Amino acid sequence: MNTNSQAQAAPARAAPAGGSGAARTARRAGLGLVVPALILIAWQIAGQAPGMAGIVPTPVRVAQAWYDWIFASPGMGLNPYLGTWLSNVQYSAMRVGQGFLLAMLLGIPLGLAIGWSRLASEMLDPMVQGLRPIPITAWLPFSIALFGIRDMGSIFLIFLGGFYAIVVNTTQGARDVDRNLVRAATMMGASSGQLLRRVVLPAAMPSIFTGLRIGLGIAWTAVIVSEMVAVKSGLGYVLWDAYYVGRMDIVLADMVSIGLMGFVSDRLIVWIERRVLVWRMLQNH
Amino acid sequence: MTDIVVSQLSKTYPGAAPVHALDRIDLTVQAGEFVALLGPSGCGKSTLLNLIAGFESPSEGALHVGGQPVARPGPERGVVFQEAALLPWLNVWENVVFGPKVAGQPRSAYEQRARDMIEITGLSAFTKHLPVQLSGGMRQRVGIARVLTLQSKVLLMDEPFGALDAQTRLTMQELLLSVWQSLRTTVVFVTHDIDEAILLADTIYVMSARPGRIASRLTVPIERPRSLDLITGEVFNGLKREILGLMRH
Repeated sequence: MNTNSQAQAAPARAAPAGGSGAARTARRAGLGLVVPALILIAWQIAGQAPGMAGIVPTPVRVAQAWYDWIFASPGMGLNPYLGTWLSNVQYSAMRVGQGFLLAMLLGIPLGLAIGWSRLASEMLDPMVQGLRPIPITAWLPFSIALFGIRDMGSIFLIFLGGFYAIVVNTTQGARDVDRNLVRAATMMGASSGQLLRRVVLPAAMPSIFTGLRIGLGIAWTAVIVSEMVAVKSGLGYVLWDAYYVGRMDIVLADMVSIGLMGFVSDRLIVWIERRVLVWRMLQNH
Repeated sequence: MTDIVVSQLSKTYPGAAPVHALDRIDLTVQAGEFVALLGPSGCGKSTLLNLIAGFESPSEGALHVGGQPVARPGPERGVVFQEAALLPWLNVWENVVFGPKVAGQPRSAYEQRARDMIEITGLSAFTKHLPVQLSGGMRQRVGIARVLTLQSKVLLMDEPFGALDAQTRLTMQELLLSVWQSLRTTVVFVTHDIDEAILLADTIYVMSARPGRIASRLTVPIERPRSLDLITGEVFNGLKREILGLMRH
């Protein structure tokens, strides 16, 4: 409704552009930037006030620090925030990738089994539901004790964070498969293995993608928390380290970087989903 | 030669208030016979079809198709569902060849047959379409082409045209008549539409509700091949009056 009224308003206001698609998109994007821009300006002015010095860095300072963190040459090794951005992003992304892959490899088959087989549901669902209320952050000490201060401690936490979301949504998807589709497939001679692979899995795919998107969001939370404690690299480690040495500009640049990574990885999943679930996209139109 | 033998078949759904869906049904269908199960909703006609298909199991009685007791669904008993029940992620061609494919047949074994069935159901121009891109009538054509490609000995049709508009329904009835005329498979066709039952079937079983019973069995004395014209004929109207009387009773 909102987009509709904007789209209608566009041709009237943006007179010369005449309401072309590109103009409308640009206008909509522009509208979304108004409030954030105002906040940034207010922040910049407030941050420059004499009384505020040194408490919160201004947007300009954050942008400078971020730029140096990304592009400056690493230098003599005294300042750890010169040119190390990419490697820290890579560390975090690698851990998310590994933990999330593990969560998918275990979560999707397990969710299908729980959703499809009564035996699997009765055996495994109470355990999954029983463990799920334990917040992943509560697993942190145990994870470090188990895996030590190295990658696996972090990856385990990321795995756990993604795993529950994927299992729960996959289970729901497998349970909601249209009974007539199952009947049609068995009528055509599908064995139970073929039923699972050719009917239940594709029918559950929309729910699985929902689980992947939620799970990936939690995975980014998990990587930051675990890197603060369990390892010595990555965006989470830098975040805590910069806080300790009083580099609030880096803390803020780091926060924006984390948000950016989460956004980009979510868009990546949506991009894959659009290609895998063409039938579903058509259904919704 | 008899193809389907149903004897003293009952189906009760247990629960706090048990539902007696079918009560001691006796039914015999000859090979190549077109049978219609006609009755109001709740008379158990779809339950009876589901039992013959093997989707559900009877509470009492026996059920044989082609001399074998029915234990589970299988490609020898092709089912056409009311809402087509096509796999929405497969295109028309993939839906039609799903059966032979899961049976592990090589493409050469089923390709020509599938093409023929797509041809006679008028789908040749739509093989790459997804079900969601088709109208209800077209989807039901795919549902029919799919069971014809299975080469089922028995076709079980559960109000396949019930959800279609009147115009499309007539087209589909004509299509089914012409397909059946050339293939002559055994058909059990569930419907609540008297015209449809008379137009299509050799034998009509009129069912009554709560509990589901067979009220009467009528033979349709209209020669084949049939066309839609006979809907206005004398014999047709006489038979329709008779069935209306039975159903009001």
